[in-house]
Amino acid sequence: MENKKEMVVSAIENGTVIDHIATESVYQVIRILGLEKYKDEVLIGNYLSSEKLGRKGIIKIKNKHFTKEEISKIALVAPFASIINIEDYKVVGKFRAEIPDHIENFVRCANPKCITNAEVVPTKFDVVDKENLKLRCHYCEKFTTKETMKFAE
Amino acid sequence: MSTLKGRNLISITDFSKEEYIQVLDIAEGFEQNPKQKILSDKVVATLFFEPSTRTRLSFESAANQLGARIIGFSDPGGTSVQKGESLHDTIVMVSSYSDLIVMRNPKEGSSRYASEVASVPVINAGDGANQHPTQCMLDLYSIRKTQGTLENLNIAMVGDLKYGRTVHSLVQAMCNFNATFHLVSPQELKLPSSVKMSIKNAGLKYYQYTEIKDIIPTADIIYMTRVQRERFPDPMEYERVKDSCILSADMLKGCKDNMRILHPLPRVNEITTDVDSTPYAYYFQQAQNGVYVRQALMAAILGVK
Repeated sequence: MENKKEMVVSAIENGTVIDHIATESVYQVIRILGLEKYKDEVLIGNYLSSEKLGRKGIIKIKNKHFTKEEISKIALVAPFASIINIEDYKVVGKFRAEIPDHIENFVRCANPKCITNAEVVPTKFDVVDKENLKLRCHYCEKFTTKETMKFAE
Repeated sequence: MSTLKGRNLISITDFSKEEYIQVLDIAEGFEQNPKQKILSDKVVATLFFEPSTRTRLSFESAANQLGARIIGFSDPGGTSVQKGESLHDTIVMVSSYSDLIVMRNPKEGSSRYASEVASVPVINAGDGANQHPTQCMLDLYSIRKTQGTLENLNIAMVGDLKYGRTVHSLVQAMCNFNATFHLVSPQELKLPSSVKMSIKNAGLKYYQYTEIKDIIPTADIIYMTRVQRERFPDPMEYERVKDSCILSADMLKGCKDNMRILHPLPRVNEITTDVDSTPYAYYFQQAQNGVYVRQALMAAILGVK
C-alpha cells in the first residue's frame, strides 16, 4: 500500500484502483470503461514512478466495482494492470486483470467482410494467443490482433 | 444411421475424421444408385445471396434426385432481402418453411450465424472467402476414389495458395490422414502461416516450390487452382509469375501412374486443354462427384442415412 504522505493521487474510501497501467494505455482504459460519463470521483495519474514499469498510470474510481466483462476489457488494453478493490480505505482484494479465453460483444471484428460488421450480430472471439493478443472470430474465422483491434461503442 | 442427423456443416473442421469417412461411404452408395426417393417428404431451401452456377445446380440436382422439394432463390433481387430484410429475419422465416437450409452468402461468417438462428440444420455453400466445406468433401471423395485411400498421400497444391479457400480447407482436412504437402506458388501467393501451422501441429511435413516440374515425380494428387490477376497490386508482377503455375500435358512425363489432377473449377488457362485427354485429368469427374457427396450430406443430416 502506498504511504498516504507520498501519494500523488489521493486515496479513495470505497471503489477500485486500476494500477500498473502502461502510460500509453491510460486514456484508452478510461474510454473503453466509459469513465468519461461516470458521475462520481475519478482520479487519474500518469507517468508516475514505478519500480515495475519505470513509469505507469493509475486510475482510482470511487464507489465502483467492475464486472467480469469490464475487467476483460481492461486486460485487453492494459495487460499488466492490477485491479485493487478498496473498502473503507483498505485493500480487500487485489488481482491482475487476466485476458479471458473467450470474448463476447465488446471487440469489433477487424474483417470488414464479416457478418458482424454488416448486421446487428454480437461478436464472439476465441483468444488464440494471449501474449501477442490474437483473437479468432467465431463467425468469419479471421484474426483480430492488437494492431487491428477496435472496441464496440 | 449416421451421427450427423440434425447437424450443421459450416466449416470443414465441424466434422471429425470418422464423420468425413461416414459421408464418403454414404456418397459411394449414391454413386452406385443416385436416384433414391428417400427425401420425398422433405423441403430443402437453397438460399443463394450471390450467383453460383455449379454449387447451386449440384445441390438442387442432388436434392431432386432424392425426391426432395426445393424452395429458394438464386439471386436476392426481387426478394425481401432487397427490401432490406436482415439475414436473421430471412433465416427465421425460411426455417419455418423447410427441413434444411443450404446457403451461400458473400458475408464471411454468415452461415455460422444463420445456423445459430435457424431451427433447422444449415449447410454452408460458401460464405465469401471463408469456407466452402461441401467442395472440400467432394475433393476428399475424389482423392479417395482415385487413390483407393486417403492415408499417407503426397498432395501437391498449385497456384493461389494464399487466398484459395478450397486449398486451406483441403489442407485442414488432409491433416487427419498423414498427408505430405507439396506447395507450389508464386512468392506473393504462398500458403498463409496460420494454415502451415495446422500442418505442423498435426506433426506433418510440407515443402515449398516455385515451379510445378519439381513436384511431378512425387505427387499422388495435383490440386490446381486459378491465379487471379486482381490478387496482384502490381500488374508487372502478375505478368512475371502467371506462367509458373500453368500445367500442360508435356510436363506430365515421369509422373506416377496413379497421379490425378484435381481443380475446383472454373479453370481459365492454368490447365491447358491438352491435359484433358490424358488419363491423369480428373477435374470433370470431380465436379460430378459433388452431386453424390451433397446427396450424402443432405441424407445424413436429415437422418435418413
